[in-house]
Amino acid sequence: MTPARRDALLWLAQRWSAAVLALCLAVHLAVIIYAVRGGLTAAEILGRTRGNAPLAVFYGLFVVAVSIHAPLGLRAILSEWTLWRGRSQAWAMAALAVLLFGLGLRAVWAVVQ
Amino acid sequence: MGVTAGESSAQEAMLDVRVWHGAEHGEFRHYQVPRRDSQTVLDVVTYIQRHLDPALSYRFACRVGMCGSCAMTVNGVARWTCRSHVDQVTADGRLEIAPLAHLPVVRDLVTDMRPFFDKWARAKGRFQGATTRSDPVARVPPDTPERRAVDAAIECIGCGVCYAACDVVGWRPEYLGPAALNRAWTLVNDVRDVSRLERLRAVAAEGGCLSCHSHTSCSERCPKKIAPTAGISGLKRACARAALGGEL
Ligand code: SF4
Ligand code: SF4
Ligand code: FES
Repeated sequence: MTPARRDALLWLAQRWSAAVLALCLAVHLAVIIYAVRGGLTAAEILGRTRGNAPLAVFYGLFVVAVSIHAPLGLRAILSEWTLWRGRSQAWAMAALAVLLFGLGLRAVWAVVQ
Repeated sequence: MGVTAGESSAQEAMLDVRVWHGAEHGEFRHYQVPRRDSQTVLDVVTYIQRHLDPALSYRFACRVGMCGSCAMTVNGVARWTCRSHVDQVTADGRLEIAPLAHLPVVRDLVTDMRPFFDKWARAKGRFQGATTRSDPVARVPPDTPERRAVDAAIECIGCGVCYAACDVVGWRPEYLGPAALNRAWTLVNDVRDVSRLERLRAVAAEGGCLSCHSHTSCSERCPKKIAPTAGISGLKRACARAALGGEL
């Protein structure tokens, strides 16, 4: 793959992940506000989330979008504000993507299992 | 008439002008310049050079907004000086005139424009046709979307004002910048040009159109009322489409 094609596809990935994030965040906030009317306990939350497959899919998607979007954004910031570029930067961002993905899925698993 | 020399100089309004002297390192020097009607910033600089400091270096050619050589930083803002009137740029009669930002300073108000135009070359800003002078002239209907896009962007005079106004150029020295990308956009829309893909590759590469933040300082400042931001967005879409189609 040419560097130009790779960069253009990464740019698209950042745009699309941003669109997914915007949607996920809106739903996330709306559900929180709706759910906490009159208070909410941890037990009540877990009661709703345990075994809830649609919730797992929704937050799974959220985690995927974050893992794509955040490292790409950080990559752009690093390239603008520091001298760190190139291969080592790309590997570090890939590692960050894996880390965010792992931590995110672990959190989702913790509330739906 | 009827006013003595003494009276006229006592009443004459003066401008407080600070002008950069030196290269990367230097200092602002202070001058008093008589205020005139319809006075441009370039008139002020010329007055200083003719009457107060003959060694002051600056650049201009046409004085009518065509050549693009007179751009400077005036009270912190990049402008073409030959068509910036003093009363548009200062309310209190103070002027600070410095060389354009983001370019090496040769001396005083003169910048080295080579990095700026080298980027036009990097963005493949040269027309590449497939016909010769003996072929018939191409007919390009004026109301096609491509031709309209070219029309909106073609009047660039290469003044470098947008380049000096763009923060991303300051953050990423390799960034092609609004003028070179705007030029590439006119050629991407030129139906006679045959190096479209090569050009898209050049502008999609690191430091190209995908680095633009779309924050529109370039469009805000361009004295020719061009909107490089719009062209750059067009380039981003064209690059994304070509990347998805596997052409890039
Ligand atoms: S819109 Fe893009 S090119 Fe124009 S000033 Fe902003 S970052 Fe620079
Ligand atoms: S786009 Fe406008 S500001 Fe930029 S170089 Fe051309 S004329 Fe000057
Ligand atoms: S002197 Fe030519 S544009 Fe100002």
